[in-house]
Amino acid sequence: MNRRHWFSLAAAAMFAMVALPASAQEKFIVVASTTSTEQSGLFKHLLPLFEKDSGIKVRVVAVGTGQALDMARRGDADVVFVHDQAAEEKFLNEGFGVKRSPVMYNDFVVVGPKSDPAKVAGSHDILDALRKIETAKATFVSRGDKSGTHAAELRYWKAAGVDLAANKGAWYKDTGSGMGPTLNTASSMNGYALTDRGTWLSFKNRGDLTILVEGDKRLFNQYGVMLVNPAKHPHVKVDLGQKFIDWLVSSQGQAAIAGYKVGGEQLFFPNANG
Amino acid sequence: MNSFSESLVVAASLVSHFDPNLLEIVELSLRVSLTATLASSILGLPLGAAIAVGRFPGGQVLTVLLNSLMGLPPVVVGLVVYLLLSHAGPLGALGILFTPAAMVVAQTILITPIIAALSRQIVADAWGEYREQLVSLGARTFRAALTLIWDTRFSLVTVLLAGFGRAIAEVGAVMIVGGNIDGVTRVMTTTIALETSKGDLPLALALGLVLITIVVVLNAATQGIREWARRRYG
Amino acid sequence: MAEPSPVASLPIVCSGGEVRIGQTRILSSINLTIEPGTSTFVIGPNGSGKSTLLRLLHGLLAPSQGAVTWGGRVGPPVRQAMVFQRAVLLRRSAAANIRYALRLVGIVGAEARKRIDDALAEVGLKALAQRSARVLSGGEQQRLALARAWALRPEVLFLDEPTASLDPKATRAVEDIVRGIHARGTTIVMSTHNLPQAKRLAGSVVFLDEGRLVEHSPAHEFFASPRTPEAAAFLEGERL
Repeated sequence: MNRRHWFSLAAAAMFAMVALPASAQEKFIVVASTTSTEQSGLFKHLLPLFEKDSGIKVRVVAVGTGQALDMARRGDADVVFVHDQAAEEKFLNEGFGVKRSPVMYNDFVVVGPKSDPAKVAGSHDILDALRKIETAKATFVSRGDKSGTHAAELRYWKAAGVDLAANKGAWYKDTGSGMGPTLNTASSMNGYALTDRGTWLSFKNRGDLTILVEGDKRLFNQYGVMLVNPAKHPHVKVDLGQKFIDWLVSSQGQAAIAGYKVGGEQLFFPNANG
Repeated sequence: MNSFSESLVVAASLVSHFDPNLLEIVELSLRVSLTATLASSILGLPLGAAIAVGRFPGGQVLTVLLNSLMGLPPVVVGLVVYLLLSHAGPLGALGILFTPAAMVVAQTILITPIIAALSRQIVADAWGEYREQLVSLGARTFRAALTLIWDTRFSLVTVLLAGFGRAIAEVGAVMIVGGNIDGVTRVMTTTIALETSKGDLPLALALGLVLITIVVVLNAATQGIREWARRRYG
Repeated sequence: MAEPSPVASLPIVCSGGEVRIGQTRILSSINLTIEPGTSTFVIGPNGSGKSTLLRLLHGLLAPSQGAVTWGGRVGPPVRQAMVFQRAVLLRRSAAANIRYALRLVGIVGAEARKRIDDALAEVGLKALAQRSARVLSGGEQQRLALARAWALRPEVLFLDEPTASLDPKATRAVEDIVRGIHARGTTIVMSTHNLPQAKRLAGSVVFLDEGRLVEHSPAHEFFASPRTPEAAAFLEGERL
C-alpha cells in the first residue's frame, strides 16, 4: 500500500504547484487593449519601463476594441486602452469609464498587391482609393470584427460614398478576425486591406503585399486610455490603474512611446498634451 | 520561401538553446494541463466507474450524455467559463478570470467527460470479468468500483493521457478565459495562435513541433509503462 | 476454525428453486439440502445447469421462483466462498489478493498475516507470495484462488469446475487441496465434468439434466447403480 501513499503524495504536490500562484502578492492591473498595440510590440517595450518605475505589473488582454470595451463593461479590466473615439465616448457616456485621456496616434495604411489592379499606388487620398478598389471589384479583406480598425474602415467607406450593404460582392471579404489573421488572408488572396502601420511593420508573412496608400490626415488613428469606473465596479484597482494612466501621459511615458521603433521607423506618435 | 524547413531550423534553435521564454511557456502549459488532468481524474474516474458498476435509473442516459460531452467545443466551454468567472458573472468574486486557475477550470470541464466516458468503458469491461468474484467475496458496489479502478490502473493511464492530450492541445477555451497574457496565461497553443496572427509562421510552426514532441514523448512513456506493467503484473 | 461463527450458513435449503433468464428456464423446481460436513458433487451434461445451481446456492443468483435459505435465513451469510472455473485474481501480489479478501470481511493486522501465511503454505505457494498473481501459471492461479477462499475459513466452499482448464498435475494438486479443506470440516459443493474426479472426491452426487435435479444419492451408490436411465446413460458416456 506504500505505492498508494506515494500516488496521493504526488497528487497533492501537483495541486500545490498550480494552486499557489507564482506571485500571490504581486501588484498588478488588467488592461484591456487592442491587438494592434500588443502585436506591434509596443507593450513589450513600454511595460518593463513602467514596471521599473512603479513596481506594478500590467497584464494585457489584447482583443478588438469592441471586445475590450465589453470586457471592461463587465468589470473584467481595470483600464482600457483602445482606439475608437466614438465607441470610447459611448462607453464614457454609459458611465463605465471615468475619463478619457488621449495618449498617442498611429496611422492606417492601405496595403495591397504590387500588381495593384485598382491602380491606387502612391495615392494620398484614402476615399478616392477606396472608390477605385470598389469600381475595380478588386479583392478587399476586412477585419469585420467591430474592432477600432474595422470601425475606421467602415467610416472611410461611408465617407467615400460607397454603400457597402448594396455593393458587398465576392470582392469584399469579411474575415471576422484580428489584424494579423486578416493580413494573412489578404496576403494569400493578394487582396487589399486597411491596417495600422504598427501591425504591418511587425507582420512577417507579407507575400506580395506592400503599402500603397498612406499619408492622408484622415488615416490618423487616435488611442485613448480610460480607467474603468469604480462606481460601476468597486473592485477596480483605482490607484494602480490611475498610476498607469498618469505614467502614459507623463513626459516619461510619452518619451517611451516615441522611442519605440521597428526597423528604424517610429510607430506611435505621442500626443497626450494636444 | 520554404517556411516548413525554416520552421524546423527555428524550432531546433529554440529547443537547443533552452530559450527561457519558451521554457516558461512550456512549463505553464504543462502545469495547467496536468492540474486539469488531475482534477478531471478525481472527478471523472469515480464517475465513470460508478456508472459502469452501479445500476441506477438513468445510467444509460448518463452514458449517452457523457459520450456526447466528449466532443464539447472548447470555445463554447471557454465562453461559458468566461461568463461564469467574469466579474459580472456568478463566480466573479473568485477573481480568477485571466489567471492559470481559470484555464485549469476550463480544461477540467472540457476533459472530465472524456475521462469519465473512457474509464466507464474500461471499468465496465473489467466489471464483466470480476463481478461474480467480487460479489462472492462480499465487495459492495462502492468498494468494487475502487477495486476496479485500481486493478485497471495501467489502462486508465491511457485514458488520462487522452484527456491530457486534449487539454494541452486546445486553444479556444484557454484563449478566452486566460486572455493570453504575456508571462501569466500564455501557453503553447495561444502563443501559436498569436504568432500565426503576427504572420510569424516559422515561430508558430516551431512551437507546434515542440508541442507535438511533448505529446509524442508522453505517449511513448505511457506505452513503456504499460508494457512494463503487462510483464510485471500481467 | 479460528473464531466461532456468529451466523451459520448451513444447512442450505433450496426449495422449488427455479432460475429463468429471459424466457429461458435454466433450472426448474430444484429441491436440495446441503448438510454440514458433506461433500456434494454436481454433475451432468454440458448445459444442464451445474454452474447456475452453484451460483444459486452461493447466493450470486436470486431464484425466479422458490427460495433458498442459509441456516434458516433468507440472505446469504458471508462465511462461504466460491472458486470459479477461471480464477479471477487482482493485479497485485499473491499475498495481497488474500489480504484483500480478508479485509472485506474485516480481518486485518496480525490475524490477517497469519491467515495469509497459512493459506499460501496450504496450497504450496509460500515462495511466490510476493509474485504478481496475474503472471502465475494457470495451476498456480487456481491454487491461489483456493488459498484465498480457504483464508476466509468458510463453512461451505463452492467450486465451479475448478480443474476444467488445468493439466493433470495441476488438477491433482487442486484435488489434494480440496480434500485437505474438506478434512478440516468445510462443506464442499463442487461441479465437475470429470467423472473419475467425482468418484475420487464426492460424498454424494447431484445429477442434473436439462435444468432438473434427476438424482441425489451417495456417491458410491450413484456410480455403482444409478437409479435413473438418464444418469445411467450419462455414466455410460452416451451423453456428454
